[in-house]
Amino acid sequence: MTLGFYPGCSLTGSSREYAESVVALCEELGIELKQIPDWNCCGATAAHNMDKELSLSLPARILALAEKDGMTEIVVPCAACYSRLSTTQYELNQDETLKAKVASIIGMPYKGSVKILNVIQMLQKYAVDKLADKIKKPFDKEVACYYGCLLVRPHEVLQFDRVEDPQTMDVLMAQVGAKPIDWAFKTECCGAGFSVSQPDIVGKLSGKIVKDAVDRGAKAIIVACPMCHSNLDMRRPAIDSYLKTKVDIPVLYVTQVIGLALGINREKLGLPRHFVPVTFA
Amino acid sequence: MSRIGVFVCHCGENISSTVDVEKVAQTAAGFDGVAYSVDYKYMCSDPGQSLIKQAIKDHNLTGVVVSACSPRMHEPTFRKACAEAGLNGYMCEMTNLREHCSWVHERTEETTEKAIDLVRMLVEKVKNDKPLEPIKVPIFKTALVIGGGIAGIQTSLDIANCGHKVILVEKEPSIGGHMSQLSETFPTLDCSQCILTPRMVEVAQHPNITLYTYSELESLEGYIGNFKAKIRKKAKSVDHSVCTGCGDCWTKCPSKKIPSEFNAGLDNRTAIYVPFPQAVPNKPVIDKDHCTYYQKGKCRLCEKNCKPGAIHFDLEDEIIEVEVGGIVVTTGFDVKGTDFFPEYGYGKYKDVITGLQFERLASASGPTLGEIKRPSDGKVPEKIVFIACAGSRDPAKGIDYCSKICCMYTAKHAMLYQHKVHTGKSYVFYMDIRAGGKNYEEFVRRAIEEDKVNYVRGRVSTVYEKNGKLIVKGADTLMNGQPVEIEADMVVLATAGVANCGSEELAQKLHVSYDRYKFFAEAHPKLKPVETNTAGIFLAGACQAPKDIPETVGMASGAAAKVAALFSQDELKREPLIAVVNRQMPPTFSSCVGCFLCETACPYRAIEREEIKDRAGNVIKTIAKVNDGLCQGCGTCVAFCRTKSIDIQGFTNEQMYSEVMALLND
Repeated sequence: MTLGFYPGCSLTGSSREYAESVVALCEELGIELKQIPDWNCCGATAAHNMDKELSLSLPARILALAEKDGMTEIVVPCAACYSRLSTTQYELNQDETLKAKVASIIGMPYKGSVKILNVIQMLQKYAVDKLADKIKKPFDKEVACYYGCLLVRPHEVLQFDRVEDPQTMDVLMAQVGAKPIDWAFKTECCGAGFSVSQPDIVGKLSGKIVKDAVDRGAKAIIVACPMCHSNLDMRRPAIDSYLKTKVDIPVLYVTQVIGLALGINREKLGLPRHFVPVTFA
Repeated sequence: MSRIGVFVCHCGENISSTVDVEKVAQTAAGFDGVAYSVDYKYMCSDPGQSLIKQAIKDHNLTGVVVSACSPRMHEPTFRKACAEAGLNGYMCEMTNLREHCSWVHERTEETTEKAIDLVRMLVEKVKNDKPLEPIKVPIFKTALVIGGGIAGIQTSLDIANCGHKVILVEKEPSIGGHMSQLSETFPTLDCSQCILTPRMVEVAQHPNITLYTYSELESLEGYIGNFKAKIRKKAKSVDHSVCTGCGDCWTKCPSKKIPSEFNAGLDNRTAIYVPFPQAVPNKPVIDKDHCTYYQKGKCRLCEKNCKPGAIHFDLEDEIIEVEVGGIVVTTGFDVKGTDFFPEYGYGKYKDVITGLQFERLASASGPTLGEIKRPSDGKVPEKIVFIACAGSRDPAKGIDYCSKICCMYTAKHAMLYQHKVHTGKSYVFYMDIRAGGKNYEEFVRRAIEEDKVNYVRGRVSTVYEKNGKLIVKGADTLMNGQPVEIEADMVVLATAGVANCGSEELAQKLHVSYDRYKFFAEAHPKLKPVETNTAGIFLAGACQAPKDIPETVGMASGAAAKVAALFSQDELKREPLIAVVNRQMPPTFSSCVGCFLCETACPYRAIEREEIKDRAGNVIKTIAKVNDGLCQGCGTCVAFCRTKSIDIQGFTNEQMYSEVMALLND
């Protein structure tokens, strides 16, 4: 079982622990990940704010490289990369002229045939039936599953989960013994890229998310996006100053929680890398 | 030998600015069999028609070709003119030089050539025309009205008051429909029950109306003037001829936890029940799905307590057959479910309710006797939020269309709340306020200005519960999209109005078309709003699209007028342009071999079987026969017939070939 793998920039930098946990978990589940050779940046927020063709060409080159390598499915753990790649594929499939133009820009043939999976989709598709047997230590805690903006939106592009009240992560968490709570901020904005330009706004928006999770008894917030993670975890000082109190609820990647339940060691899952210490063993 | 007249119309400048009409007329004069040809500015005008009539007499014409606009527009006009001059109307045909030629082409030689070709074809066709007479169909002067809401009630009363018999069928145990559930009605705030219940009683007592409640249409056959309907009278388990409606049965019924349909689930009813105290008929039925006896075989408490002995558990569904001449469908609407916007928390939070539930809360006959109390703890809400367009105008998740009634009922809800809870604060989140209608805009302004309802233009993103309050998060788009958060005690969703759940099945039973939202389709969106495409079947009320009470009542009276007009004649005349199976002399009798492919092909079930018998009564041959009441002249059977035994009158194979040959031989 081999899947194409697009780590993207975040997973090689600020969220290395996400990459480490994805790789460790896939290894445990017998899924081989093969990096797309010579991959480039997806363009992130910058490209589509500046130039539409650029914003389509960068992801198209990644998808074309995957096609060239014979990959039929690729895993894209970063929600922002997942959104850019999916949007590109969707838009180019709607418009043959644009597709031809983008192919000429990247100088490679582009079919648009590669199936793009986020981590939750990958686990739904390839791990759901394996999890139960492999659980060594159920993650027996209340968790707040936080989906953020890009994992489920826009619906017409992604066709994944319910937009306003997504459930897939909750279902996965329940499968490894966790107790997903019913809470109000599943898809509220964390502040996203304002992390760099206006961290006080991130403090406010992420602060509300963290507070609701804590108020409703969550012991951990679970995410599947490096941006969400860095805002909820790294920006904790700004959050604490907005909330005027110190909150110590840790923020874990969905892959880390499943990894823990499957008995993978915490270093391998990158748990020590978080700003808010994770004390679960 | 044919003597055909060709009359070329200028249609003002509509035709003559593009087509050389004089040349068309001159050329047509030279066609074989054309005795007279002329052009004129307005052929449909009185002088134009006189021109045709005079020519028929002067030139002893045997056929007429009017080359003008679409036959849809003026064929009846010219056929009538010909008939007045003594020529059978069906010997007159129209060439469409306007829609088919001048409007779609530039002024060129070719355009005039095309016009000449069109005339040439029709001249050849008219040579093969035969005089036809309209078909006469008798009319059974009883109307069937399906659905006993305000639309059905109004239609039934209007038809009955014209002196015709009406059969009103209602699937619920009582008539009254959604209107009986409403509290006060906009824009006058008169009590819904006060204006409705007298009419319900009038229906029950009207000598011309037969009311079948707890009944549904089982099947329908026949055609305009001559429908045969089977009606399933569901077993009520109570003999209404004996029952006095005393109530001893339902007060003793042990199954008391069934959500009341009438109160929109806000309280419960028993298994043997009258839906509401003002029900018509005011006698109970047993809901078999929830009755302890039907489910578990024990109980019969109602039977023991019924003094007149009206309860019979062994009653079965009864199917009756009725003959009717016209049908009015008045099955109303439904309220769309709320599961497609989970972010509003309906079903999760007890105090998030639908507009219909709010009606019941505000109604004097409702579970709180008209006091606005929230369902969770019975407290009077101090802050209430109304969310308009909860599902309507939402192509992404809900329905595309505007449900039309919500803006007004939301304004009414907020107003009623303010009238009943003086210290309360109400908020309405809206996209646009659509208050088109007499005194409607004034009503909304009154809610905003006099009753101080806070209208916030923007959408609500989510509703969640925190510390016993419902937090409503939205945006105020008139304040630059500023986020708004309101801590409410209750939230009311203006859910979309959708087609009734059984509407698709009913439409198929009736052979009427429906739109993509499963609302019944009118025959023409502007000029035939109460007709369907099936002759003799009419529509009224919200089964066609969401509409308010005044509009529903107007439409119901319109449909009733259509039925009354139909019943004003003793027999119907129809166009004879229908299929006929040929008949020949014995021993063949007909070239039809009785394969009945036509029977499977006919979309109108118009093909019957006719047995040809000898004098001793032995069947010699079974051949197809077209029911001229049902046939719509579509021609499908003609295409299917292997022995070319069926033809459409007025469009025979011979006529079609002669048109084609006229083009080819040119």
